[in-house]
Order: sequence, then C-alpha cells, then structure tokens
Amino acid sequence: MIKFLSLLLAGLSLGSMYALVAMGFVIIYKASGVANFAHGSLLLIGATFVAFTHDTLGFGPAVLVALLGTAASAFLLQFLFIRPMRTASPIPTTIVTIGMDILLLVLLTGLLGEGLHELGQPWAGDTVVIGDVGITVNRLIGLIVAALLIVGFLVLFKRSAWGISMRAAAEDPEAAALVGLRLGRVTATTWIIAGVLACVAAIFLTGAPTPGLSPALWTVALVAFPAAIIGGLTSVHGALVGGLVIGVAESLATGYQQQLLFLGRGFGIVVPFVVLLVVLLVRPEGLFSARGGRRV
Amino acid sequence: MSDRLQKWDSRLLVTRALAVLGVLLLLVAPLYLEEFWLRLGFTACGAAIGALGLNILTGAAGQLSLAHAFFLAVGAVTYSWLAGDPDPAIGPTGLGWPPVVAMAMAIVVTAAVGLLVSPISSRLSGLYLGIASLALVFIGQHLLATLSGITGGFQGRSAPTFSVFGFEFSNQSELLVLGVPFGRYERLWYLGLLLLAVSAWAGRNLLKSRHGRAFRMIRDKELAAAVSGISVRRGKQNAFVVSSALAGLSGALFAIAIGSIAPVSFSLDVSIQYLVMIVIGGMGTVTGSILGAAVVTALPILTQRYGGVFPLVGDVVSPAAAARYLYGGALIAVLMLQPRGLAAVAGLVRRRAPSNSASEARPIAGGRAPVDPPTDTDALERKAPIT
Repeated sequence: MIKFLSLLLAGLSLGSMYALVAMGFVIIYKASGVANFAHGSLLLIGATFVAFTHDTLGFGPAVLVALLGTAASAFLLQFLFIRPMRTASPIPTTIVTIGMDILLLVLLTGLLGEGLHELGQPWAGDTVVIGDVGITVNRLIGLIVAALLIVGFLVLFKRSAWGISMRAAAEDPEAAALVGLRLGRVTATTWIIAGVLACVAAIFLTGAPTPGLSPALWTVALVAFPAAIIGGLTSVHGALVGGLVIGVAESLATGYQQQLLFLGRGFGIVVPFVVLLVVLLVRPEGLFSARGGRRV
Repeated sequence: MSDRLQKWDSRLLVTRALAVLGVLLLLVAPLYLEEFWLRLGFTACGAAIGALGLNILTGAAGQLSLAHAFFLAVGAVTYSWLAGDPDPAIGPTGLGWPPVVAMAMAIVVTAAVGLLVSPISSRLSGLYLGIASLALVFIGQHLLATLSGITGGFQGRSAPTFSVFGFEFSNQSELLVLGVPFGRYERLWYLGLLLLAVSAWAGRNLLKSRHGRAFRMIRDKELAAAVSGISVRRGKQNAFVVSSALAGLSGALFAIAIGSIAPVSFSLDVSIQYLVMIVIGGMGTVTGSILGAAVVTALPILTQRYGGVFPLVGDVVSPAAAARYLYGGALIAVLMLQPRGLAAVAGLVRRRAPSNSASEARPIAGGRAPVDPPTDTDALERKAPIT
C-alpha cells in the first residue's frame, strides 16, 4: 500500500510536468492549428540555458534567464517559421515544426555533447517522507509549482484579455479579427506562454530522480504528446487530465515492473502510448473534445 | 493547332529519348561503378519504395504518419525471420523459407499489420494521426527489444542473403559479365532497380486510378469526399494498407542491403527521414518519392565520404550532423519556398508534355492552398488556424 501511494504521488508529480508540456502543446495547436513537434526542443532549450548559466549566475537567476530565453526562442520560432506559413494548410506547417526540431536537436545535441549536465537545483537529490510515503524534494516542489502554474494558467485562460482573445480566435478567426483582435499578437503570446511552461517542466524533469540533463529529455516531451491527444487536443483541461493519467500510469508500470515482466523489460516507457491507443480505440475524438464525433 | 502539336511531339520525343538514355545508363552502371556507389544505389532504391508508400499515405491521402519506421521494421523482421537459417551458429533461429517467399510474406504481413491498426488510423484525421502514430514507433521499439526469439533483441539479428531459384545475390558464386566480376552489389543493383520500377509503375497507376483521386479528395476536403460518395474511412484504410505493403518491401530490402537488423535502425528518426524524403522530393508524386529518397539516403553517406572537402565539416560539425543540418534546412526551405519539391523542379520540362499533365498528382496538401471564403462546411471543419 505504501509502495502504491508513493508511486501514485511520484506519478502525479511526473504527470503534472507532462501536463505543463501538454498544455503548451494544446494552446499552440489552438492558436496556430499545428502540432508543434519542436516542443521537445523547447524543453531542451530551457534546460540547456540553466545548465550553462547556473555556475556563474547561481540557480535562481539562471532559471530567470532560462525562462526568458525559452520564451524568446519560442517567439522567434513562431515568428520566423510558423507565421510565414499561416496561409498554408496544417500538415505542411506541422512538417515545418519537424524541420525546426531536426535543426534545434542537432544544434543542442552538439552543444551538450556526451554525458550529463547538472542544472544545480539547490535541493539536489534530497528526499522527504510524508507519513510513510517518500518522494524527492525536486518532484515535490515540481508538483507544487506545477499546481500553482496550472491554476494560474487556467485563471489566465478564463479571465485575462489574452485568454479571452485566444478562445475567441480559436472559435472563429474571422469573427475575432473583425471585432478587432490582433490575431498575430495573440498567437505570439501563446507561443511565449507555451515556451515558459515547457521551460519550467524541463527544470523539474532533469532533477532527481533523473540524474541530469542529456538530449534524452527530448524523448520525455514525446510522452507528453499522448497526454494532449488523450485530452482531445483542443481542450486545455483535457491536457491536464491526460498528463496526470499518463504520469500515474507510467509511474505505476515502472514501479510494478517485476509483476509486469511478462510484458517485457522497460514496459514503463511504452505505457503512455498504450494508454493512448486504448483511449483512441474507445473514443477517437479524445476524452474532452468539445466537438465530439466531428473528427471523422 | 498542328504546329503546336508538332512542337509538343518533339518535346515529348526529347523527354522520351532522355528517359531511355537514363535507363540505359542505369543498366550498364554496374560495369563501371565501384561497390560503394552500387551499394548506395540499392539502398536508395529500397528507400524509394518506402518513400513511395509514405507518399501515397501522406502526400496523396493527406494522412500524416510518423509510424513508417514501425512498418519498415515489420517487413525487415518478417523477411529475416522467415528466410533466416533454422540452425545458425549464433543468434536467433529462422524458419529457413526461400528468400523470395519470405520477401513476399514481408509485404503481406506488413500490409496485414497496417490493416490491423486501421480501426484506429482510419478514424483519425491528418494531424491527429501524426501524433497518434508515434505510439506505433515506440511500441515497435519495445517489441523489437522484447521478442528476442524473432527479432534478436537489442543486438538484432543477421538478415539472410537474397536468392531467386538458386541464383544467389551474394559473392558466393563466380559470375563474369563482359569481363567484370558480378558480386553481391552488382546483382543487388538490378534487383533494386527492378523492384523500384515495378513499385513505381504500380504506384503511378494507383494514383491515376479512381482510388488515387479518392485519396486526394479525402486529403483536400473530407466532407466533400463523403458527400460525393467516397467512403472516407475505407479510402484512408486503403491508403494505409498500400503504404504499409510498400514499407514492408522496403524494410525487407533494407535488411538485405545491410545484412542485419537492429532496433536502432527503426527509431522515430527513421520515420522523420522518410517524411523529409517525400517533402523534399515532392508530396503526392512518384517521381518526388524517388528523388527525395535518393537525396536523403545519399546525403549522410556522401558527407561522411566527401565532407572533408568543405570547411567546418569534420572539426566543428560532424559529417552526420552536417547532413542533418542540410536536410532539416532543406525541409523547411522546400515547404516555405517551393512546396511542390524537387519533382516540380524536375517537372518543369515535362509538365508541358500533354500526356503527362494529367498524371501528376496535384500536391495541394504540400502547396499553399488559397484561403477559401468561409462556407458552411468550413465552419464545421475548421481547426482554428489563426496565426
């Protein structure tokens, strides 16, 4: 039971990171109509900024630099590559994001080289025990920060001028433009917010129990894509639930590996995708899609 | 009128003459080229068949798929397992079937797997499928590592050499043609060309047929396709199965070219490479698939061999990285500047020949479709692109 609870807690924490990534992915989809396959590179950019600056600046300022840097990178990517494609159909534009990802990944892999990089989180590998359930401090702080960010984000999405414009524009771009919304600005803001969310997730995903930053972080982002799809791709709340579901499922499958050995070693990594296929088989439009059944 | 016809005729004559000359050059190439180029040629032929499969699915039918590496793996494993040595000194056993049968089975099995996943794939629209198809790649990687009795696990397994009715595609038996010894890669060169020619011919006919037109209609407007009597789900399923079948053949050829298979050869990266091939070559066209496959296959091998000629390559950027920069950049450049790809560049001459104008699949998905005035169907279908 204690094992189950600690795996559940670890899963929720991991899931909250996936949720941050998936929410960014979803708002970009809503704003630009593309699946942003360069999202993994955004995470890498964030973590790389911290890894390369924390020695000289200290962890706090390094995180600030990383947040700004990732936001700026996300904005630049959107401005240079996605904006010019705005009259194209979604598939070519999505393939452009794959092109961005190829370039960023080869650049960052070259920069990072072999081996692991420390991000210098001050809490390092400490663990805390709540009741009988243990969790690394990194994951606990991650869970709290993610929860705050998610609540803040949802409020922003519901109440702020950006959130309202964003939802209006996603509903009907022409009408939104006609009532005077500056769609270009709304989209740019969306990418910046997605970049910030990705950067925060990256900082906690590279901390304990993960040993540090390596290009493998990019793969972690791929796991967040199923989270977005499970939620229905157009639903921010769906991405949140999808992220948590995937995080818990992965944590449990990894924790109970011994009992699941008949499925093969390392099954935990595949779990998000198995969950994805099962959900798609039952509800092809995702769990929270507003337009049930329209996704022929 | 007759003047223009005559002009067209002479153009057509020139094109035909060039084509015949090209074919002749390809046929005599093994007499002059060294092994390195023949090997590259065979690998490119195999890749071109796979790219053609993806192009029918993504270019023609508009279904973005990143699962291609998975289907290549199914083909490669099926071939290697069925034709493998039943009692090898090391590594997993095979069934010892004749390689020709094994290759045919690779196509059939992969097509069947494509059919098996189609309840999921044919219900999803383009972008959705793109992300969902990631699942197959990861599950495929897991299966490759886990089912070690068939796949050889992490280390992989060796792939048997190909043979037809006792004629081995290997260096085992002596064969001299016009004084040139014909070894493994000289023989494989012709096998690659033959299979590519057959696949290209079949692909071209398919794209010209009512099925091909149905694919393009589904790509351009699902609702309109459904209204005009096309079964959208069936159409997507067809595209998926054809694409898988070609991927199966391509996977088997890959196994033959390399001589062994391992999970790393079928990672997500490979799916992306195939996507790059069809985009650079030209979406929805047979010519584009072949050109793109040739470019993407050759790039890393050529930067490896000749990269030292260029500044920076070697000291600052590794040859492999240089190739990635090149094709990543090319991918973006093509989509932003010439969405119809290399095939359009090559097609500049041919497009004026009357017999060919209808045969080119019009790659609207790859092009900048003009923004339609909003209609009722638009309102239903919109995916909210407001950038």
